[in-house]
Amino acid sequence: MLLVSPTAVYVLLLLAAPLAAVFAFSFWTQDFLTIDRTLTLNNYREAFSDPIYRTLMGRSLLISGVVTLVTVVLAFPIAYFVSFYVEPSRKALWIFLITIPFWTSYLLRVFLWKVILGFNGVINSGLLSLGLIDEPITFILYNANAVVITLAHAFAPFTILPIYVALEKIDRSLLEASRDLGESRMTTFFRVTLPLAMPGVVAATLIVFIPTIGDYVTPRLVGGPNGLMIANMIQTQFLKLNNAPMGATLAVLAMCAVTAISLIFVFFNRRYLR
Amino acid sequence: MSIISLQGIEKFYGEYHALKGIDCEIAEGEFFSLLGPSGCGKTTLLRVIAGFEDVSDGVVLLGGQNMAGVPANKRPTNMVFQSYAIFPHLSVAQNVGYGLRRAKLPPAELEARVAEALDMVGLSGFGARAAHALSGGQRQRVALARALILKPKVLLLDEPLSALDKKMREQMQSELRRLQRQVGITFILVTHDQEEALIMSDRIAVMFEGEIAQVAPPQELYRRPVTRRVGEFIGVMNFLDARHLDDGGDKVRFDLEGLGEASISHDQLPFGARAFAPVVGLRPEALSVIYDAKPEPGQRVVEGEVVDLSYYGDMTYYEVQLDGTTQPVTISMKNLATRPVLERGARARVTWDEGSLVVFAT
Amino acid sequence: MRGGWLRIYAITYLVFLYLPVILLPMFAFNDGTVMAFPLKGFTTQWFVQLAGIEALHGALLNSVFIATITATLSVLLGICAARASTRFRFPFKAPIMGAIMVPLVLPEIIVAVSLLVVVVQVLDLPLSAWTVIAGHTLICTPFAIAILSSAFQGLDQSFEEAAIDLGETRWGAFRNIILPLVAPGIIASFLICFTISLDEFIIAFFLTGAEPTLPVYIWGQLRFPTKIPAVMALGTLMLLASLIILSVAEFYRRRGVARVGGNDSGGFL
Repeated sequence: MLLVSPTAVYVLLLLAAPLAAVFAFSFWTQDFLTIDRTLTLNNYREAFSDPIYRTLMGRSLLISGVVTLVTVVLAFPIAYFVSFYVEPSRKALWIFLITIPFWTSYLLRVFLWKVILGFNGVINSGLLSLGLIDEPITFILYNANAVVITLAHAFAPFTILPIYVALEKIDRSLLEASRDLGESRMTTFFRVTLPLAMPGVVAATLIVFIPTIGDYVTPRLVGGPNGLMIANMIQTQFLKLNNAPMGATLAVLAMCAVTAISLIFVFFNRRYLR
Repeated sequence: MSIISLQGIEKFYGEYHALKGIDCEIAEGEFFSLLGPSGCGKTTLLRVIAGFEDVSDGVVLLGGQNMAGVPANKRPTNMVFQSYAIFPHLSVAQNVGYGLRRAKLPPAELEARVAEALDMVGLSGFGARAAHALSGGQRQRVALARALILKPKVLLLDEPLSALDKKMREQMQSELRRLQRQVGITFILVTHDQEEALIMSDRIAVMFEGEIAQVAPPQELYRRPVTRRVGEFIGVMNFLDARHLDDGGDKVRFDLEGLGEASISHDQLPFGARAFAPVVGLRPEALSVIYDAKPEPGQRVVEGEVVDLSYYGDMTYYEVQLDGTTQPVTISMKNLATRPVLERGARARVTWDEGSLVVFAT
Repeated sequence: MRGGWLRIYAITYLVFLYLPVILLPMFAFNDGTVMAFPLKGFTTQWFVQLAGIEALHGALLNSVFIATITATLSVLLGICAARASTRFRFPFKAPIMGAIMVPLVLPEIIVAVSLLVVVVQVLDLPLSAWTVIAGHTLICTPFAIAILSSAFQGLDQSFEEAAIDLGETRWGAFRNIILPLVAPGIIASFLICFTISLDEFIIAFFLTGAEPTLPVYIWGQLRFPTKIPAVMALGTLMLLASLIILSVAEFYRRRGVARVGGNDSGGFL
């Protein structure tokens, strides 16, 4: 008890208290530099009525959802491959290979995707020189697609690892038992492997979905005007418009939305989580 | 004189009553075992003696001194852990010499003591090995050497053989006994394996649910268990319902289910009990199948059917349903070249030894 | 070759993962300021240029300072929590440990704005390196706990008891047995936290004071096309540094696993 307390106190002071402050702020208003501390629901009213907030919030949740889906679906076969087809002695090497790109500066990785996807970028100049296209394709930069691709890349190791760990934990004799009882390789996968890997899939999903909502770097660099997300607005409210209460309101709403969706997701998967 | 005296030891974990008033005396130089099923409190009791657990009530005397408030590192006991707890980052010699570090011995003497201890457990020349490169049996020996080098008054062994395979376990059993005789200090062994306890111990305490059911030398424990539960736990025992007929002089007469009348001397009755609905216990070897031979004079014979048998090579265990009973009894017979092994369904004539009967109060 | 199509897919996926990483040094050594193909020629001028940028040096020093303090604090807090959670039972253990791990799944911008609100609006303190450290420690501690927990978990509780049984005091057992056994985990978690803090942008951007951190400095440079080749050179050096630090961390982590005689179950993040 004594031991855990410094850490618990730190979290309490630097997380719980600030979160409470944000919550309080969301009910206040600000006029230039003075804070009006009368409790009001005006911020919430504005957040719900102004279409720009609604659009941003809806888009953020949609983009985060798509990013999550794409990332997890792309990552699962990799985790499966490393866990089931790579020799045990080389698994650590594969995992290491998968995590290396993650340690490149996050900003630069996002920036480089801009270079890759851009008008004169790697993809376009490559496709042009191969003669596959006549003029540069533009639907891959400065829109939501670019955000999805970039974030799917950024969160790859975060999804592969939990799924890999869950797959590693599966007792291989269970799969043999399923085959022995008459299931094919494919049906065994759906009746045994996938249900047992679900805890990893659920963890991966949450690990991608939740932080994605809070990212403002990727939308700003590769998203273009139609790829901006709620975090960009929160950032703007705090740092540019100096409207901390509105920013706090949006932060609270974003947090609530994410938590609600995550809880619903976990609820529907509860039977896999024991 | 007893080296350890446990008086009214009580231990609670919250609501859970782990030790319920343990009283026990353990003599100097004795090989003493705590035997019981898992969860009976035997390991807790060992850890109480070692000083890893505080008692909720009661007194632990070690060499006549009250151990209350004496921490584990100040007690004249040393422990061999179930997992052996060989420090993986140290060499074998560093592990064995670990406890001597505080004694500030000159290096040469330290080295000699370590070599002596390793020699004692048959690991001469292993000192420089890395601890994680040892086999299970070798770890066990290092753990022994590490504890014995400190010349404790009492060596505590927490299921030390449970992680070894059968062959290695049997070898270590005899080696531990030899070692105990050689160093002459008290060993207290915790085990759930009744055979191991019988083989190794001078005396055994059988524990159930936080209480000691019986403390006795192996032979007495096997032949005169004080409760049905102890009889059941140690080896195999048949239980037959009995009816008390009368007390005739120094004998008590019972009518046994399936076997008929038996006279039992008073000392076969636990606590001199004359219960009205007693149960009688009979070991498999107290019953025997007679083949073609005529019964000896005075020997009573009952008949039954062999419903099952297990062939062990040297022995055969028969399950025989005696006529007029509902439960089969287990009978063990030594296999001799002249003796056929009966088949399932065969009729068997059975005789029994009255002197081996044990009467239980309920 | 087992795995057939899966192997082909895996290799394609690795190409996707490495695409930006490969481009980074390419543009860093490219003799031209436009980030496009075809490449212009080989040069090391961008690396040379780095040496002359004063603001960059300040940002680097600032980041290293922040990362060092963050890693130290995170590891200390991590040791407390990891040891408490693996060794002891205490009331409300699950909710307390859950709360400590929350920053791992909280959107970083939430951590950033909530600290910003408290520091600026409530406490009315200036933003500085210390506000960044506070935020970074918050997100690094869960990582430290995750690594240290597995280090402490691998420890048989009887190691400590055996040491005490052989005459050590509680503190002696901790110092001579527990600490050496978890030292690799401590080093590994320190290096991980250091690297995370060094690279973190989202929180730093909100909480940094007059002295920017390295990522905040880079963010500023990305707006100027002429500065970008130098940024690429800087990124290449940072990647190199990260890889060296992580290799060292991985080395220690494996040694730790080997020490307590456990099975290696893959790497960390």
